[in-house]
Amino acid sequence: MSEENNSGGNPVSVQIDFVGKSRLKNMKTMEKIRLIIDSVKDNKVVVLEAGLTPDEEGRLVEMTMQQIGPEQNFSGLEIERYNREQSKGGLLSRIVSSNNKQSKLTIIGPANKLQTVENEDMMQAIISG
Amino acid sequence: MSYLKSWKRRFVNLFDVFGGEEAPESIGVYGPPNSGKTTLTNQIIQDCTEAEDKDDLMGSSSEVPHETRKAKKQEDITIEHNNEEIALSIIDTPGVDTQVDYEDFIEFDIDEDEAVDRSREATEGIAEAMHWLRGDVDGVIYMMDSTKDPFTQVNTMILGIIESQDIPALILANKIDLEESSVDRIRNAFPQYDVVPVSALQGDNMDEVYKSISENFG
Repeated sequence: MSEENNSGGNPVSVQIDFVGKSRLKNMKTMEKIRLIIDSVKDNKVVVLEAGLTPDEEGRLVEMTMQQIGPEQNFSGLEIERYNREQSKGGLLSRIVSSNNKQSKLTIIGPANKLQTVENEDMMQAIISG
Repeated sequence: MSYLKSWKRRFVNLFDVFGGEEAPESIGVYGPPNSGKTTLTNQIIQDCTEAEDKDDLMGSSSEVPHETRKAKKQEDITIEHNNEEIALSIIDTPGVDTQVDYEDFIEFDIDEDEAVDRSREATEGIAEAMHWLRGDVDGVIYMMDSTKDPFTQVNTMILGIIESQDIPALILANKIDLEESSVDRIRNAFPQYDVVPVSALQGDNMDEVYKSISENFG
């Protein structure tokens, strides 16, 4: 669990759930999507070791849209994927990484609470409370 | 399931080669909100159909995100190139995003009740657009705003889905009339796609767009 401070200086807890590759492998698509959406609606951040397939990501967006509404206090989610390979290299590495069917480390959190910052040596995920 | 649809698409194409009747291709225009999808489809309708007045156009465009909230199909579009004609249907889709907040509409002086309605319509439209990507479009024109960083999670995700479904696709780098435009930035981000510069608003380079549509989807 990570702690951030809100505008009043009071610590706000952000729960981060790590879901390993072996667990993901044994889950059906709808199980993964439900896990993600339920967690994010609960203001948690989900880290998937292996990420989702393109079809799963499409279905995740589709189902997320069905959950959005002011009455549910839910406006969607933020997805950040981190290539294992350097994705902003030269032409060849870009083609290789875009064709790389292996899932990428993926962080999914509530909308507007997750941001990626890229520095020279690393990528940072910033989670707002 | 996606590989079955990919093989179905290949089978249909093979049938066409041996003289089967060709059905007009359904080409979906996808992209993030405010990338110019509706502006492009309106331009195509004006150029390639008998449309004479604004009532025949696909819809209105504005700076308010999610102006298009429901997918709309225009049939009977004929694109001519090199003395050949191809018949298409064009589907203008809502801008895809992973989040829709009704408060964003309020910032554009839209009252709260209407903002909530727009937000609900936008989410329904996006869900429908994502569903159509799984087998209801034969090709995709992907619109990007060339003044913005193309390497976004939504762009990567949608193009990844398109690639996994084996759907032929073409990227249009829109808004080249603006000073901040950088087409090369899009080409570098997605080198595996044809990237055609265009200003859908001004109608600049539409000949190249029609040529690419003909080559990619004909």
